[in-house]
Amino acid sequence: MLVRPKHGILDPQGEAVESSLRQLGFAVAEARVGRLVDVEIDGDDPSAVREQLERMCEQLLANPLIESYEIELPAG
Amino acid sequence: MSDSAPRIGVVSFPGSNDDRDAAWALRALGAEPVPVWHADPALPELAAVVLPGGFSYGDYLRCGAIARFSPIMRAVGSFAEAGGLVLGICNGFQILTEAGLLPGVLRPNASLSFVCRDVRVRIERNDLPFTTRAAVGDELTIPVKHGEGCWFADDALLAELDGNHQIVLRYAAGENPNGAVADVAGVCNEAGNVLGLMPHPEHAVDPLLGSADGAVLLSSLVDAARLSAASLV
Repeated sequence: MLVRPKHGILDPQGEAVESSLRQLGFAVAEARVGRLVDVEIDGDDPSAVREQLERMCEQLLANPLIESYEIELPAG
Repeated sequence: MSDSAPRIGVVSFPGSNDDRDAAWALRALGAEPVPVWHADPALPELAAVVLPGGFSYGDYLRCGAIARFSPIMRAVGSFAEAGGLVLGICNGFQILTEAGLLPGVLRPNASLSFVCRDVRVRIERNDLPFTTRAAVGDELTIPVKHGEGCWFADDALLAELDGNHQIVLRYAAGENPNGAVADVAGVCNEAGNVLGLMPHPEHAVDPLLGSADGAVLLSSLVDAARLSAASLV
């Protein structure tokens, strides 16, 4: 699960990283810092697993006021 | 301690560090502070509850995001729902927003720096149990000390809160220490019995500490707690 600050939300961490990257000579336009949460979860039905992961994001991992999230399931 | 000293709970979470100061200040202002442990499933008989400052659960994930799952928070939620007085200071404010008891969210300071200094905050309403000893427009000098005190609400939520007069404290002009939207330093719930604020009134109850302005807020709470305790008898 990938959680990151929504667009338009001030991201001071991202700004600090962006300015450091520029100091290293990388021409980055924008950097945003989020967080990655890996969980191992058993289940045969990918849609049921995804639904559980969505609830995890909604209830704890992301604050919907300021953060968006994406869910990625391993292939297969 | 006299019979008229209302019992005010002070909740200690793992990582709380202002619980003793809060208890000290409440006692100095005429209340009987009652230590409450985060793992307790229920609150004792109390006239009010204070969630103190600190770094509960190491501020993991987001400040306050883990503490809201402490067993005591279910009891605090029911207490608040029943009209009980709840004051969240700094980390306590963060916990109350994460628990959904107060609107908005506290984010890392815009400066990315921890701020620790006195700020002036303006009283926006004085009809709350936390502000009766102040006048609207009063400016109080109270210290802040936080790395994540940048209160945020989107435009729609902010307009709603403005309409409901839920913005209780704002940083005075030029004083905003953290980039908070609309200079918000403290907000209450719609009913007005739950207040959260980033400044630390418990660190400003004696002139020796640089300011006694925090006592304006805490004494208001003690007054209200005394009234609510009397009405229970």
